[in-house]
Amino acid sequence: METNQSSQRNAWRREVYDVLKRNDIRQIAYVPDAGHATAIQLAQEDPDMIEISLTTEEEGIALAAGAWLGGHRSAVLMQSSGVGNCINMLSLVKECQTPLILVVTMRGEFGEQNGWQIPMGSVTEQMLKLCGLVVYRVDHHDDVGHTLQAAINVAYEGGRGTAVILSQKMIGAKEVTKNA
Amino acid sequence: MLDRREVVRKVVMALPERPTIFTSLGNPTFDVSHLGDHPGNFYLFGAMGGAVAMGLGFALAQPQRRVLVVAGDGEMLMGMGSLATVALKQPTNLSILVLDNELYRETGGQATHTAHHTNLAAVAKGCGISSSYDIRDDGELENFMARFKAGGEPMFACAKVRPDPAASVTMPLRSGAAQHFRFIDALKRCSREPEVQQ
Repeated sequence: METNQSSQRNAWRREVYDVLKRNDIRQIAYVPDAGHATAIQLAQEDPDMIEISLTTEEEGIALAAGAWLGGHRSAVLMQSSGVGNCINMLSLVKECQTPLILVVTMRGEFGEQNGWQIPMGSVTEQMLKLCGLVVYRVDHHDDVGHTLQAAINVAYEGGRGTAVILSQKMIGAKEVTKNA
Repeated sequence: MLDRREVVRKVVMALPERPTIFTSLGNPTFDVSHLGDHPGNFYLFGAMGGAVAMGLGFALAQPQRRVLVVAGDGEMLMGMGSLATVALKQPTNLSILVLDNELYRETGGQATHTAHHTNLAAVAKGCGISSSYDIRDDGELENFMARFKAGGEPMFACAKVRPDPAASVTMPLRSGAAQHFRFIDALKRCSREPEVQQ
Protein backbone atom coordinates (compact mmCIF):
# COMPACT_ATOMS: atom_id res chain seq x y z
CA MET A 1 0.00 0.00 0.00
CA GLU A 2 1.19 3.46 -0.82
CA THR A 3 1.39 5.74 2.14
CA ASN A 4 -0.32 9.09 1.88
CA GLN A 5 3.03 10.80 1.69
CA SER A 6 4.37 8.65 -1.12
CA SER A 7 1.13 8.98 -3.05
CA GLN A 8 1.53 12.76 -2.81
CA ARG A 9 5.12 12.42 -3.92
CA ASN A 10 3.99 10.42 -6.96
CA ALA A 11 0.97 12.52 -7.95
CA TRP A 12 3.13 14.43 -10.45
CA ARG A 13 3.37 11.34 -12.65
CA ARG A 14 -0.33 11.58 -13.44
CA GLU A 15 -0.23 15.37 -13.42
CA VAL A 16 2.12 15.36 -16.43
CA TYR A 17 -0.55 13.63 -18.45
CA ASP A 18 -3.42 15.70 -17.04
CA VAL A 19 -1.70 18.99 -17.93
CA LEU A 20 -0.91 17.79 -21.46
CA LYS A 21 -4.48 16.64 -21.92
CA ARG A 22 -5.94 19.86 -20.55
CA ASN A 23 -3.90 21.83 -23.09
CA ASP A 24 -5.29 19.96 -26.07
CA ILE A 25 -2.13 17.97 -26.75
CA ARG A 26 -3.27 15.46 -29.39
CA GLN A 27 -0.12 13.45 -30.07
CA ILE A 28 2.30 12.05 -27.49
CA ALA A 29 5.53 10.55 -28.85
CA TYR A 30 8.04 8.81 -26.65
CA VAL A 31 10.96 6.55 -26.10
CA PRO A 32 9.98 4.97 -22.79
CA ASP A 33 11.53 5.87 -19.47
CA ALA A 34 10.44 4.64 -16.06
CA GLY A 35 9.74 8.24 -15.04
CA HIS A 36 7.25 8.58 -17.92
CA ALA A 37 5.60 5.18 -17.43
CA THR A 38 2.37 6.60 -15.96
CA ALA A 39 1.95 9.25 -18.68
CA ILE A 40 2.65 6.67 -21.39
CA GLN A 41 0.13 4.26 -19.92
CA LEU A 42 -2.53 6.97 -19.66
CA ALA A 43 -1.87 7.99 -23.28
CA GLN A 44 -2.24 4.37 -24.39
CA GLU A 45 -5.54 4.05 -22.52
CA ASP A 46 -6.98 7.30 -23.92
CA PRO A 47 -8.86 6.63 -27.17
CA ASP A 48 -8.63 10.32 -28.11
CA MET A 49 -4.85 10.49 -27.76
CA ILE A 50 -2.53 9.49 -30.59
CA GLU A 51 0.43 7.86 -28.89
CA ILE A 52 3.54 7.07 -30.87
CA SER A 53 6.35 4.86 -29.69
CA LEU A 54 9.58 5.95 -31.43
CA THR A 55 12.70 4.00 -32.34
CA THR A 56 14.87 7.01 -31.47
CA GLU A 57 14.08 10.36 -29.87
CA GLU A 58 14.99 12.51 -32.89
CA GLU A 59 12.00 11.07 -34.74
CA GLY A 60 9.86 12.79 -32.11
CA ILE A 61 11.30 16.22 -32.98
CA ALA A 62 10.43 15.87 -36.67
CA LEU A 63 7.09 14.23 -35.86
CA ALA A 64 6.11 17.16 -33.61
CA ALA A 65 6.85 19.64 -36.41
CA GLY A 66 4.71 17.64 -38.84
CA ALA A 67 1.90 17.34 -36.30
CA TRP A 68 1.96 21.11 -35.76
CA LEU A 69 1.76 21.77 -39.50
CA GLY A 70 -1.30 19.51 -39.51
CA GLY A 71 -2.95 21.41 -36.65
CA HIS A 72 -2.09 19.09 -33.75
CA ARG A 73 -0.32 20.06 -30.57
CA SER A 74 2.06 17.34 -29.39
CA ALA A 75 4.55 16.46 -26.68
CA VAL A 76 7.68 14.34 -26.81
CA LEU A 77 8.66 12.35 -23.72
CA MET A 78 12.19 11.06 -23.31
CA GLN A 79 15.00 10.28 -20.91
CA SER A 80 18.03 12.57 -20.71
CA SER A 81 20.13 10.10 -22.72
CA GLY A 82 17.75 10.67 -25.64
CA VAL A 83 18.45 14.40 -25.74
CA GLY A 84 21.83 13.64 -27.27
CA ASN A 85 20.08 11.82 -30.11
CA CYS A 86 18.06 14.95 -30.96
CA ILE A 87 20.73 17.58 -31.45
CA ASN A 88 20.79 17.98 -35.23
CA MET A 89 17.03 17.44 -35.52
CA LEU A 90 16.50 20.38 -33.16
CA SER A 91 17.76 22.62 -35.97
CA LEU A 92 14.36 21.98 -37.53
CA VAL A 93 12.68 23.71 -34.58
CA LYS A 94 14.98 26.71 -34.63
CA GLU A 95 14.93 27.13 -38.41
CA CYS A 96 11.19 26.60 -38.86
CA GLN A 97 10.09 28.27 -35.60
CA THR A 98 7.66 25.46 -34.88
CA PRO A 99 6.57 25.00 -31.27
CA LEU A 100 7.85 22.01 -29.32
CA ILE A 101 7.35 20.53 -25.86
CA LEU A 102 9.92 18.05 -24.61
CA VAL A 103 9.47 16.45 -21.22
CA VAL A 104 12.82 15.03 -20.15
CA THR A 105 13.31 12.71 -17.17
CA MET A 106 16.85 12.91 -15.84
CA ARG A 107 19.35 10.12 -15.40
CA GLY A 108 23.00 10.54 -14.51
CA GLU A 109 22.30 12.97 -11.70
CA PHE A 110 21.65 12.67 -7.97
CA GLY A 111 22.52 9.18 -6.74
CA GLU A 112 23.01 7.65 -10.20
CA GLN A 113 24.41 4.13 -9.88
CA ASN A 114 24.96 3.51 -13.57
CA GLY A 115 28.08 5.37 -14.65
CA TRP A 116 27.10 5.11 -18.33
CA GLN A 117 24.26 7.57 -17.69
CA ILE A 118 26.48 10.28 -16.21
CA PRO A 119 28.20 11.68 -19.34
CA MET A 120 24.93 12.61 -21.08
CA GLY A 121 23.05 13.41 -17.89
CA SER A 122 25.63 15.97 -16.86
CA VAL A 123 25.28 17.99 -20.11
CA THR A 124 21.58 17.51 -20.94
CA GLU A 125 20.34 20.89 -19.71
CA GLN A 126 23.20 22.88 -21.28
CA MET A 127 22.79 20.96 -24.53
CA LEU A 128 19.11 21.85 -24.78
CA LYS A 129 19.91 25.51 -24.09
CA LEU A 130 22.70 25.52 -26.66
CA CYS A 131 20.22 24.18 -29.20
CA GLY A 132 18.03 27.22 -28.55
CA LEU A 133 15.25 25.73 -26.45
CA VAL A 134 13.61 27.48 -23.52
CA VAL A 135 14.40 25.13 -20.61
CA TYR A 136 12.62 24.85 -17.28
CA ARG A 137 13.97 22.57 -14.61
CA VAL A 138 11.79 20.98 -11.92
CA ASP A 139 13.38 19.81 -8.67
CA HIS A 140 10.27 19.41 -6.54
CA HIS A 141 7.11 17.41 -7.27
CA ASP A 142 4.87 20.33 -6.29
CA ASP A 143 6.27 22.33 -9.21
CA VAL A 144 5.65 19.82 -12.03
CA GLY A 145 2.15 20.86 -13.06
CA HIS A 146 2.52 24.61 -13.19
CA THR A 147 5.98 24.42 -14.74
CA LEU A 148 4.73 22.20 -17.52
CA GLN A 149 1.81 24.59 -17.99
CA ALA A 150 4.23 27.53 -18.25
CA ALA A 151 6.32 25.64 -20.81
CA ILE A 152 3.23 24.81 -22.88
CA ASN A 153 2.30 28.50 -22.87
CA VAL A 154 5.77 29.44 -24.09
CA ALA A 155 5.67 26.74 -26.78
CA TYR A 156 2.17 27.11 -28.13
CA GLU A 157 1.45 30.77 -27.43
CA GLY A 158 5.00 32.07 -27.65
CA GLY A 159 5.92 29.81 -30.57
CA ARG A 160 9.15 28.43 -29.13
CA GLY A 161 10.89 25.12 -28.66
CA THR A 162 10.62 24.28 -24.97
CA ALA A 163 11.86 21.57 -22.63
CA VAL A 164 10.84 20.66 -19.09
CA ILE A 165 13.53 18.78 -17.21
CA LEU A 166 12.37 16.57 -14.34
CA SER A 167 15.33 16.12 -12.01
CA GLN A 168 16.53 12.76 -10.81
CA LYS A 169 16.38 13.94 -7.22
CA MET A 170 12.64 14.37 -7.59
CA ILE A 171 12.04 11.19 -9.59
CA GLY A 172 14.26 9.08 -7.37
CA ALA A 173 17.43 7.36 -8.52
CA LYS A 174 17.00 3.94 -10.08
CA GLU A 175 18.23 1.14 -7.87
CA VAL A 176 20.79 -1.00 -9.62
CA THR A 177 20.21 -4.61 -8.63
CA LYS A 178 21.64 -7.85 -9.84
CA ASN A 179 18.62 -8.23 -12.10
CA ALA A 180 18.54 -4.70 -13.50
CA MET B 1 17.22 2.73 -64.11
CA LEU B 2 14.61 5.45 -64.26
CA ASP B 3 14.65 9.20 -64.70
CA ARG B 4 14.10 10.80 -61.29
CA ARG B 5 12.17 13.82 -62.56
CA GLU B 6 9.87 11.57 -64.57
CA VAL B 7 9.18 9.31 -61.56
CA VAL B 8 8.39 12.30 -59.34
CA ARG B 9 6.17 13.92 -61.97
CA LYS B 10 4.15 10.73 -62.44
CA VAL B 11 3.66 10.08 -58.74
CA VAL B 12 2.88 13.66 -57.70
CA MET B 13 0.41 14.12 -60.56
CA ALA B 14 -1.26 10.72 -60.14
CA LEU B 15 -3.94 11.69 -57.65
CA PRO B 16 -7.03 13.76 -58.47
CA GLU B 17 -6.18 16.04 -55.56
CA ARG B 18 -2.59 17.10 -55.05
CA PRO B 19 -1.01 15.40 -52.00
CA THR B 20 0.77 17.31 -49.25
CA ILE B 21 4.46 16.72 -49.93
CA PHE B 22 7.47 16.66 -47.63
CA THR B 23 10.84 16.50 -49.37
CA SER B 24 14.20 15.56 -47.93
CA LEU B 25 17.30 17.66 -48.38
CA GLY B 26 19.17 17.37 -51.66
CA ASN B 27 17.77 16.57 -55.06
CA PRO B 28 14.31 15.34 -53.97
CA THR B 29 13.50 18.95 -53.05
CA PHE B 30 14.50 20.16 -56.51
CA ASP B 31 12.67 17.29 -58.24
CA VAL B 32 9.43 18.34 -56.54
CA SER B 33 9.90 22.11 -56.85
CA HIS B 34 10.67 21.63 -60.55
CA LEU B 35 6.97 20.77 -60.98
CA GLY B 36 6.09 24.22 -59.65
CA ASP B 37 6.26 25.64 -56.18
CA HIS B 38 3.24 25.08 -53.94
CA PRO B 39 2.44 26.11 -50.33
CA GLY B 40 1.42 22.49 -49.64
CA ASN B 41 5.04 21.43 -50.22
CA PHE B 42 7.47 21.46 -47.32
CA TYR B 43 11.11 21.33 -48.38
CA LEU B 44 13.78 20.28 -45.91
CA PHE B 45 17.28 21.62 -46.42
CA GLY B 46 18.59 19.94 -43.28
CA ALA B 47 17.25 17.81 -40.40
CA MET B 48 18.56 14.79 -42.29
CA GLY B 49 16.72 11.59 -41.43
CA GLY B 50 13.58 13.43 -40.31
CA ALA B 51 11.48 13.65 -43.48
CA VAL B 52 9.47 10.47 -42.91
CA ALA B 53 8.80 11.25 -39.23
CA MET B 54 7.66 14.75 -40.17
CA GLY B 55 5.33 13.33 -42.80
CA LEU B 56 4.01 10.86 -40.22
CA GLY B 57 3.17 13.60 -37.69
CA PHE B 58 1.28 15.48 -40.36
CA ALA B 59 -0.46 12.37 -41.69
CA LEU B 60 -1.72 11.49 -38.19
CA ALA B 61 -3.04 15.02 -37.71
CA GLN B 62 -4.73 15.15 -41.14
CA PRO B 63 -5.95 11.60 -41.78
CA GLN B 64 -8.26 12.65 -44.61
CA ARG B 65 -5.40 14.16 -46.65
CA ARG B 66 -2.98 12.14 -48.79
CA VAL B 67 0.63 12.72 -47.75
CA LEU B 68 3.73 11.96 -49.81
CA VAL B 69 7.29 11.98 -48.52
CA VAL B 70 9.90 12.20 -51.28
CA ALA B 71 13.33 11.27 -49.96
CA GLY B 72 16.79 10.37 -51.19
CA ASP B 73 18.50 7.11 -50.35
CA GLY B 74 20.98 8.86 -48.02
CA GLU B 75 18.12 10.46 -46.10
CA MET B 76 16.25 7.17 -45.86
CA LEU B 77 19.32 5.29 -44.63
CA MET B 78 19.67 7.84 -41.84
CA GLY B 79 16.00 7.57 -40.85
CA MET B 80 15.40 3.83 -41.28
CA GLY B 81 13.94 3.54 -37.79
CA SER B 82 11.14 5.87 -38.77
CA LEU B 83 9.89 3.18 -41.17
CA ALA B 84 9.24 0.95 -38.15
CA THR B 85 7.39 3.84 -36.49
CA VAL B 86 5.26 4.33 -39.61
CA ALA B 87 4.49 0.61 -39.63
CA LEU B 88 3.50 0.79 -35.96
CA LYS B 89 0.92 3.49 -36.65
CA GLN B 90 -0.19 2.20 -40.11
CA PRO B 91 -1.30 5.63 -41.40
CA THR B 92 -3.44 4.81 -44.44
CA ASN B 93 -2.83 8.25 -46.00
CA LEU B 94 0.99 8.21 -45.95
CA SER B 95 3.18 7.16 -48.86
CA ILE B 96 6.96 7.29 -49.06
CA LEU B 97 8.85 7.56 -52.34
CA VAL B 98 12.61 7.10 -52.24
CA LEU B 99 14.64 8.20 -55.25
CA ASP B 100 17.60 5.87 -55.00
CA ASN B 101 20.60 6.98 -57.07
CA GLU B 102 22.93 4.93 -54.84
CA LEU B 103 25.09 7.92 -54.02
CA TYR B 104 25.47 11.11 -52.03
CA ARG B 105 25.19 13.52 -54.95
CA GLU B 106 25.55 16.73 -52.96
CA THR B 107 28.85 15.79 -51.36
CA GLY B 108 30.79 14.45 -54.32
CA GLY B 109 29.00 11.30 -55.42
CA GLN B 110 30.22 8.87 -52.76
CA ALA B 111 28.44 5.50 -52.90
CA THR B 112 25.68 4.88 -50.35
CA HIS B 113 24.92 1.49 -48.81
CA THR B 114 22.24 0.88 -51.45
CA ALA B 115 25.00 0.69 -54.08
CA HIS B 116 26.12 -2.45 -52.27
CA HIS B 117 23.95 -4.84 -50.26
CA THR B 118 21.12 -2.76 -48.78
CA ASN B 119 17.65 -2.90 -50.30
CA LEU B 120 15.41 -0.18 -48.87
CA ALA B 121 12.13 -1.73 -50.09
CA ALA B 122 13.09 -4.91 -48.23
CA VAL B 123 13.91 -2.80 -45.16
CA ALA B 124 10.49 -1.13 -45.33
CA LYS B 125 8.78 -4.49 -45.73
CA GLY B 126 10.77 -5.92 -42.86
CA CYS B 127 9.76 -2.94 -40.73
CA GLY B 128 6.12 -3.82 -41.37
CA ILE B 129 5.06 -1.66 -44.33
CA SER B 130 3.65 -4.57 -46.27
CA SER B 131 2.93 -2.54 -49.41
CA SER B 132 6.57 -1.91 -50.33
CA TYR B 133 7.80 -1.67 -53.90
CA ASP B 134 11.25 -2.12 -55.37
CA ILE B 135 11.04 -0.22 -58.66
CA ARG B 136 13.64 -0.67 -61.41
CA ASP B 137 11.67 -0.20 -64.64
CA ASP B 138 8.52 1.38 -66.07
CA GLY B 139 6.45 -1.76 -65.53
CA GLU B 140 7.27 -1.85 -61.83
CA LEU B 141 6.55 1.87 -61.59
CA GLU B 142 3.12 1.29 -63.17
CA ASN B 143 2.39 -1.48 -60.64
CA PHE B 144 3.14 0.88 -57.80
CA MET B 145 1.17 3.71 -59.41
CA ALA B 146 -1.97 1.58 -59.52
CA ARG B 147 -1.62 0.82 -55.80
CA PHE B 148 -0.76 4.44 -55.01
CA LYS B 149 -3.88 5.72 -56.78
CA ALA B 150 -6.06 3.28 -54.86
CA GLY B 151 -4.56 4.35 -51.51
CA GLY B 152 -5.95 3.00 -48.23
CA GLU B 153 -2.74 1.77 -46.65
CA PRO B 154 0.75 3.04 -45.90
CA MET B 155 3.03 2.55 -48.88
CA PHE B 156 6.72 2.61 -49.57
CA ALA B 157 8.41 2.72 -52.96
CA CYS B 158 12.11 2.76 -53.72
CA ALA B 159 12.78 3.74 -57.34
CA LYS B 160 16.26 3.11 -58.70
CA VAL B 161 17.10 6.27 -60.65
CA ARG B 162 19.99 7.21 -62.89
CA PRO B 163 22.88 8.79 -61.03
CA ASP B 164 23.22 11.78 -63.35
CA PRO B 165 22.39 15.08 -61.68
CA ALA B 166 19.09 16.67 -62.56
CA ALA B 167 19.31 19.04 -65.51
CA SER B 168 18.14 22.22 -63.88
CA VAL B 169 17.63 23.31 -60.31
CA THR B 170 14.63 25.40 -59.33
CA MET B 171 15.43 26.84 -55.92
CA PRO B 172 12.20 27.06 -53.94
CA LEU B 173 11.52 29.01 -50.76
CA ARG B 174 14.30 27.95 -48.41
CA SER B 175 13.58 29.59 -45.06
CA GLY B 176 12.01 27.06 -42.71
CA ALA B 177 10.07 29.76 -40.85
CA ALA B 178 8.68 31.25 -44.06
CA GLN B 179 7.65 27.79 -45.25
CA HIS B 180 6.03 27.06 -41.88
CA PHE B 181 3.85 30.18 -41.93
CA ARG B 182 3.01 29.84 -45.62
CA PHE B 183 2.06 26.17 -45.20
CA ILE B 184 -0.23 26.79 -42.22
CA ASP B 185 -1.87 29.76 -43.88
CA ALA B 186 -2.56 27.74 -47.03
CA LEU B 187 -3.94 24.81 -45.02
CA LYS B 188 -6.32 27.11 -43.13
CA ARG B 189 -7.62 28.71 -46.32
CA CYS B 190 -7.86 25.29 -47.90
CA SER B 191 -9.95 23.97 -44.99
CA ARG B 192 -12.31 26.93 -45.26
CA GLU B 193 -12.72 26.83 -49.03
CA PRO B 194 -11.60 23.43 -50.26
CA GLU B 195 -12.70 24.02 -53.85
CA VAL B 196 -10.56 27.15 -54.33
CA GLN B 197 -7.18 25.47 -53.95
CA GLN B 198 -7.02 23.19 -56.94
